[in-house]
Amino acid sequence: MITVDIEESGVRDLNDRLHKLPADTNQRAWRVINPKGAHALACGLTIPIEVVIEGHAGYYCAGMNKEATVIVNGHAGQGLAENIMSGEVRVKGNASQAAGASGHGGLLVIEGDASARCGISMKGVDIVVGGSVGHMSAFMAQAGNLVVCGDAGASLGDSLYEARLYVQGGVESLGADCVEKKMTPHHIAKVDRLLARAGLKGDAKRFRRYGSARRLYNFHVDHADAY
Amino acid sequence: MSVDPRGLRPSYSFPQHVLAEIHRAADQGLYEIRGYGAKRHLPTFDDLVFLGASVSRYPLEGYREKCGTDVTIGTRFAKKPIHLKIPITIAGMSFGALGANAKEALGRAATAMGTSTTTGDGGMTEEERRSSKTLVYQVLPSRYGMNPDDLRRADAIEVVVGQGAKPGGGGMLLGMKITERVAKMRTLPVGIDQRSACRHPDWTGPDDLTIKIQEIREITDWEKPIYVKVGATRTRYDVALAVKAGADAVVVDGMQGGTAATQDVFIEHAGIPTLPAVRLAVEALQELDMHRKVQLIVSGGIRSGADVAKALALGADAVSIGVAAMVALGCNRPMFIEDYHALGTEPGFCHHCHTGKCPVGVTTQVPELQSRLKPEQGARWLKNYLTVMTLEAQTLARACGKSHVHNLEPDDLVALTVEAAAMAKVPLAGTDWIPGQKSGY
Amino acid sequence: MCGIVGLFLKNPALRPSLGKHIKIMLIGMTDRGPDSAGIAVYHQPVGADSCKLTAFHADRHYHWREVGGELGEALGAEVDVDVKANHAVIKVAAGESAARAWLKEHHPELRIMGYGELMEVYKDMGLPADVVARYGIEAMEGSHAIGHTRMATESAVTTEHSHPFTAAPDMCLVHNGSLSNHNNLRKWLRHHGHDFETDNDSEVAARYFAHRLGEGATLAEALEAGLSDLDGFYTFTMGTRDGFAVLRDGIACKPAVLAETDDWVAMASEFRSLANLPGVDKATIWEPKPAVVYTWSLQ
Repeated sequence: MITVDIEESGVRDLNDRLHKLPADTNQRAWRVINPKGAHALACGLTIPIEVVIEGHAGYYCAGMNKEATVIVNGHAGQGLAENIMSGEVRVKGNASQAAGASGHGGLLVIEGDASARCGISMKGVDIVVGGSVGHMSAFMAQAGNLVVCGDAGASLGDSLYEARLYVQGGVESLGADCVEKKMTPHHIAKVDRLLARAGLKGDAKRFRRYGSARRLYNFHVDHADAY
Repeated sequence: MSVDPRGLRPSYSFPQHVLAEIHRAADQGLYEIRGYGAKRHLPTFDDLVFLGASVSRYPLEGYREKCGTDVTIGTRFAKKPIHLKIPITIAGMSFGALGANAKEALGRAATAMGTSTTTGDGGMTEEERRSSKTLVYQVLPSRYGMNPDDLRRADAIEVVVGQGAKPGGGGMLLGMKITERVAKMRTLPVGIDQRSACRHPDWTGPDDLTIKIQEIREITDWEKPIYVKVGATRTRYDVALAVKAGADAVVVDGMQGGTAATQDVFIEHAGIPTLPAVRLAVEALQELDMHRKVQLIVSGGIRSGADVAKALALGADAVSIGVAAMVALGCNRPMFIEDYHALGTEPGFCHHCHTGKCPVGVTTQVPELQSRLKPEQGARWLKNYLTVMTLEAQTLARACGKSHVHNLEPDDLVALTVEAAAMAKVPLAGTDWIPGQKSGY
Repeated sequence: MCGIVGLFLKNPALRPSLGKHIKIMLIGMTDRGPDSAGIAVYHQPVGADSCKLTAFHADRHYHWREVGGELGEALGAEVDVDVKANHAVIKVAAGESAARAWLKEHHPELRIMGYGELMEVYKDMGLPADVVARYGIEAMEGSHAIGHTRMATESAVTTEHSHPFTAAPDMCLVHNGSLSNHNNLRKWLRHHGHDFETDNDSEVAARYFAHRLGEGATLAEALEAGLSDLDGFYTFTMGTRDGFAVLRDGIACKPAVLAETDDWVAMASEFRSLANLPGVDKATIWEPKPAVVYTWSLQ
């Protein structure tokens, strides 16, 4: 276990050391102390190491993560795990805006609440939220799964493409072209699997599914209102 | 009974193309989308001329006496700044908007000339990374195809806030061009009309842009220059904010800048011309004492070595070409005329990039049409054009007594019109009058 | 562009340490705004029929006491001047509009940063830590404070564009974001008798809210009206005599975090500024919803 004190050595030093690790490194367990809301912690990782951040992370923690596991024992700021490609990112507390933004793969777990725009522009990542998500979540979400154990704020899934949204609690309002869809046993099984992978509790049968109505896929004068 | 042509009086407010557009709008009920940049009449670099050598200034001999053209981009923070042999780069154009052959041709020509190409709103293709020795990777609001591995194998990164054709608008690619390959790269269903976001998903505003740029630097270990690209609007503020946000270079794209698909109203009625934008950008840099420390790349209607020289004289470090590069690759060339007609246009008037049926194989995904542009041929055309532009710029620079194109200065220029004088802050020829400025030094 | 913070102490027992906490909160926003900072502190109310003004002059040797003497003579009122670096807190046993009018006429070289019964406003160039030290903020007690750190875009030689902007007694505003219709609003407000010191969009917002409050709107009503009349992107934190308010526009892209316990409520552009508040681990932490007015009051 290697401990890095951000207050002492800084974010650049941490990222530099993590980036320079060879693929076959033995140094797979890292602990980061005194983050105090610093930005870009453990971003751009490329190998399957584990980084635990003891405290609060600022913006873009674990940005563009590949293969690695990053855990935040605190809250995370804007853009947590933005553009994640693979691997797993977990925050024990809350995540601020744009969590998982444009994520392509891997798993993002937010045990607390996510705020606005959770999963915005997601492109294949799986996001599982133990609490609630804020307004405009899954905006223009293209692919992947968003599972919300709590409630969803206004305009969920606005301009949605093919991402799948599952919400256990209430949805304040649905965005343009986002509609409720049937939950079949296939979907219930999927939610079960995602909750299990995330290690979060929820009754898959109580979740409701939301997806794209696909009316905005091609420009059409009859849908001019929606633009 | 024949019509007396003398009685046919066109309306200035409702000329033919406006009449046609109203008829089309009535038929279709949706705004017109097209490619290319602003076609309207604008003050451009044509309205500025150089004061060549005379008794008071002495010229350099062409060919024999060196006139340097090299430029380094990214000296502010990057460990590995980019060295370009010529001050002309290829602007961001997406694979999707352009076909693979076109992208490859651009890469080969740029490599041969020692300059860079730029990816676009769709990500990096293998063809372009292979063929282009110096590749700038765009980070756009859509984040289509965004990939840290591509970020790491790029030579520079360009955070796109906007482009001149549609400052404040997002990308657009119509269904016909969303082929299997394009769809896969962008994680979209095949055949949809792609609408991109106009704002970035994970930051809004210069304070958050600062933090985003830091993240990109961290991911790339501070090696690569980071550019910030804006469409020209409130250029002075935008450039100042880009500098404050930590950019290594700023790219300013005037309203003449091209697009593969945008609403016509956006292209024609938003943004300011490149002519005032250059001056505003340079003033912002000078005010912050960052001129030449944060490099300025200017685009939007650069057509010849004269435009290059004028942009540099006004203070730019380099220029970027988009439409002009496509024209070099064959855009609007008089060949395959029947296919132009099938689109309802003629060579010289075509702006139908958005249809995906480019008659010369540049802005198309259709294999038969793409095959009309052979990468080697396209590369040779573009290399020749870039060579000509460079020679032209050197000719003008030498005539002004400069041993390097960067030594061109605003005082080498005068304006032919009042608007150009006011916009470029260059005196009207034969006077020392710059509208809006007190005379004197 | 900037970072904003606000702290409101519900529990009187915490009020002696207001300055200590707001200092840490403001310094947490240094990265967002390293060029200048501004703070409004609400404390030490003057009596009825009195007022307190915070004035600024760049010259450290400015003849504050002389001016204070002249002011007292002119208004026939007692004046107390407390000089802090390039600011002075002037207490006058008279109404604020009379005091301000006299100063404007006789000493237009002074900038009035704030006025009212208890609000003091300090704004200056430099890192937040330096600005806080310059005015002794850390030692100040009080009920509430709001602050702003700024990344300047023009050559940073004046604090003219600094927040908080004051537009009414004990009222000030900090803003993170960019309005889009402030120019027309400025013309309308000028037409209704408001004067402007800058071309800054945040000043327009401050005077707009002051206008609504002046018309008799409650704080909540004024902010609600703002949602319709102000266009653009904003997180506002407003300080008032009795409390503070937070408002985000309907799209809410600019960051904002709120934290609340029984003892205090605080806001900041980033959580890092809230992380050191006492009991934050047990606080309710949330991000304000778009177009929802959040207000807290001592009453």
